[in-house]
Amino acid sequence: MGDHHHGPAKGLGRWLFTTNHKDIGTMYLWFSFAMFILGGFFAMVIRAELFQPGMQLVDPAFFNQMTTLHGLVMVFGAIMPSFVGLANWLIPMMIGAPDMALPRMNNWSFWILPPTFLLLASTLFMEGGAPAFGWTFYAPLSTTYAPPSVTFFIFSVHVLGLSSIMGSINIIATVMNMRAPGMTYMKMPLFVWTWLITAFLLVAVMPVLAGAVTMMLMDIHFGTSFFSAAGGGDPVLFQHVFWFFGHPEVYIIILPAFGVVSQIIPAFSRKPLFGYDSMVYATASIAFLSFIVWAHHMYTVGMPIAGELFFMYATMLIAVPTGVKVFNWVSTMWRGALSFETPMLFSLGFLVLFTLGGFTGLMLSIAPSDFQYHDSYFVVAHFHYVMVAGAVFSMTAAVYYWLPKWCGRMYNESMGKTHFWISFIGFNLTFFPQHFVGLAGMPRRIPDYALQFTDFNMMSSVGAFIYGASQILFLYNVIATIVAGKPVSDEKVWDGAEGLEWTLPTPAPYHTFETPPKIDPAHAHS
Amino acid sequence: MIRLSANPAIDTVIKLVTVAVAMFAFVFVVMVPLYDVLCDALGINGKTSGQAYTAVQAGVDEERVVTVQFVATNNEGMPWEFGPSQTAMKVHPGAVNDTVFFARNPLPKAMVAQAIPSVSPARAAEYFHKTECFCFNQQPLEGESAADMPLQFIVDQDLPRDIKTITLSYTIFDVTDMVNGSVAAR
Repeated sequence: MGDHHHGPAKGLGRWLFTTNHKDIGTMYLWFSFAMFILGGFFAMVIRAELFQPGMQLVDPAFFNQMTTLHGLVMVFGAIMPSFVGLANWLIPMMIGAPDMALPRMNNWSFWILPPTFLLLASTLFMEGGAPAFGWTFYAPLSTTYAPPSVTFFIFSVHVLGLSSIMGSINIIATVMNMRAPGMTYMKMPLFVWTWLITAFLLVAVMPVLAGAVTMMLMDIHFGTSFFSAAGGGDPVLFQHVFWFFGHPEVYIIILPAFGVVSQIIPAFSRKPLFGYDSMVYATASIAFLSFIVWAHHMYTVGMPIAGELFFMYATMLIAVPTGVKVFNWVSTMWRGALSFETPMLFSLGFLVLFTLGGFTGLMLSIAPSDFQYHDSYFVVAHFHYVMVAGAVFSMTAAVYYWLPKWCGRMYNESMGKTHFWISFIGFNLTFFPQHFVGLAGMPRRIPDYALQFTDFNMMSSVGAFIYGASQILFLYNVIATIVAGKPVSDEKVWDGAEGLEWTLPTPAPYHTFETPPKIDPAHAHS
Repeated sequence: MIRLSANPAIDTVIKLVTVAVAMFAFVFVVMVPLYDVLCDALGINGKTSGQAYTAVQAGVDEERVVTVQFVATNNEGMPWEFGPSQTAMKVHPGAVNDTVFFARNPLPKAMVAQAIPSVSPARAAEYFHKTECFCFNQQPLEGESAADMPLQFIVDQDLPRDIKTITLSYTIFDVTDMVNGSVAAR
C-alpha cells in the first residue's frame, strides 16, 4: 500500500459501506446514544406514571410494555453497542493494529442493528401491543400469554445475538492476531484485556440466548412443549436457560466498564495502574465464576437446599476478585497527583456507586434474605447502581476522555463537570430511595402502589427527570465540541495519559499504524 | 494448537464460530435433557416419577400416620370439572392406598386431557410413589361424559420424620389440539 493514503469517501456511502474501524466505532456510539435516549424516554413514562399512586397516565398493559422495552433497549441497544463502539475505536489504536481483523464483517455487525431495533420498536404499534413480559421474558408469560408481536421480538433477539457474536469474534481475532510486535498479552492495556474476556463470554452465551428464544418460537408455533407443563415441559427450565445466558451477560456489560476506569484513573492519578497482573487475573476469575452462579436469580423457584447453598457461596465468591479490583483502583489513587477533570469525576462516581451496587448484590446473594428482596424495588435499585452508575457512568467517562483524541477538539470542562454533578445527584435521588421502598415491600413492575410508598416514589421520579435532562447537556456538549470546540493538537491530550493511542497525532488520522509501532518496554501496559 | 487456515485471522474465526454453534447445540442436547434427568433423579421441583412404581415388600409402619392432601387445579381455559373424591387421607407409610379423582367434560365435543402432578413439600416427592395413576397417560373423554380416574400410591417408610403432611396437586391441561394436531407431546 505504501504511501497510498486516502481519506474517507464522501456522502452517505461513506457510512453505509465503510470498513474503517473508526467510522464503525463512531456509528456504534451514535446509535447507542440514540437508543439511550429512546430507552430513557420509556423510563420517563414509567417514572411519570409512578409519580403518584393510582392509575395516572397510561394503562397497565402499556406500562408493562414500557418496562419491557426500557430493559431491552437499554441492555441490548444502549450499553452493549456503546462498548462495542468503544472497542472498535480503541482496540486497534491500543495494540498498534491498522484496523480490525475482519473489517467487512465489522460493517455487517453494525448495520444489522438499526433495522432490528426499528423492528422491535415497531411492535409498539402492532395489534396486541409490544412485548409486555419484562426484559427477562419468563415463560409462560412470553409463550402462552404473549402478544402476537412476540415473534418479532424473537427475531430481533436472534439478529442482536448474531451482531454481538460477529462483533466479539472480530475483537478476539483482532487481539489475538494483530498486536504490534512486542505487544505481548501482559503488556496490553487493561481495556483490551477486559474486552478480550468479554468477547469470549459473548461467544459462549449469546448462542444460549438464541437457544432460549428458539425454544420459545417452537413452543409458540411448532407445538413443542419445552416450557409448557401440559406437554411434559417445565417453565422453570426457561429460567435456568435464560439465566445461564443472563448472568454472564451482566459481566459482559460491566467488564468493559472496568477496563475503561482502569485506563482513566491512572491517567488522572499520574501513576501506573496498581496491580496490573492481579487485575487481569481478577477479570478472568469473574468471567469464570459468572458461569456457575446463574440460579441466584431464582432462589424462590423451589430449589433443593444444597442448590441454594452452592449458588449462594459461589455468588459470594465473586466479591473477592471484584474487591481486588476496587482495592487496586483505590491504591492507584493513593499518593497520586490527582486532578478532577470530567472523565475522572465520572470514574470516581463509578467507583463509589458501583461499589454500593456491589454491596446490595452481596445482600441479594444471601439466599434466605433474598426471599424478602426478590422481585422488589430493592432489586431494581441494585441493578441500576451497577448498570447505570457502573456501565453508563464509565461509558460517559470514556467519551469525555477520548473525545479530544477522536475529534481534535476539547469539550467544555465546566459544562462537563456540571453534567457530572447533575447526573450524580439525579441518579442517587432516583435510585437510593428505591432501596427503602423495596425493603418495605414494594414489588417491581407494577403501575400502581400502596400509599405509604408515595413520598419515595415522588423523589425517584423527580430524580429520574433530572438525570434524564442532564443527558441533553451531555449531547449538547459533545456536538458543540465536534463542531466548534477549542482545537487541541498535543498528542497526549491529558498529561498523565499512557498508551499507544496517545502517541498518534490529534485528531487521530483516518488510517493509523499502517506500519506497526515500536513498543517501548518502559511503557508496558497503559 | 491446530491451524485450520493459513490466514491466522480466518483460523480464529473458524474456531470461534465452532464454539458458538456448539453452545447453541449445547442448550438443546445437554441443558434440556440434563434438566429433566436431574429433576427426576433428585425429585426436585416437586416432580414425581412419570412411571409406575413397583412396590417393594418392606412392611407397613403402623406407628406413623401421614396426612396426604389432594388438590386439583384447572389450567386456564380448561372447562372440565375435575377434583378429588376426598380432600385428604390419613395413611401409614408402606401401605398401599387407593383413591379416585372425578372428571366431567361439560362440552359437547370429545376432548383429551393431561394431568401433571406436583408434590409439596418438594422434599417429599421422592418418597411419594404412585403404583397407578391417571397422570401416566392422556385421558380422553367423550362430550358431556364423566369418569372416575384411579390413583394408587405408597408413602415410603423412609419419609423424613418431620414431614407429617404431604400435598399432592394435579393441574389438568387441555391437550386436545396437541393430540389432534398429530404433534406428539414430549
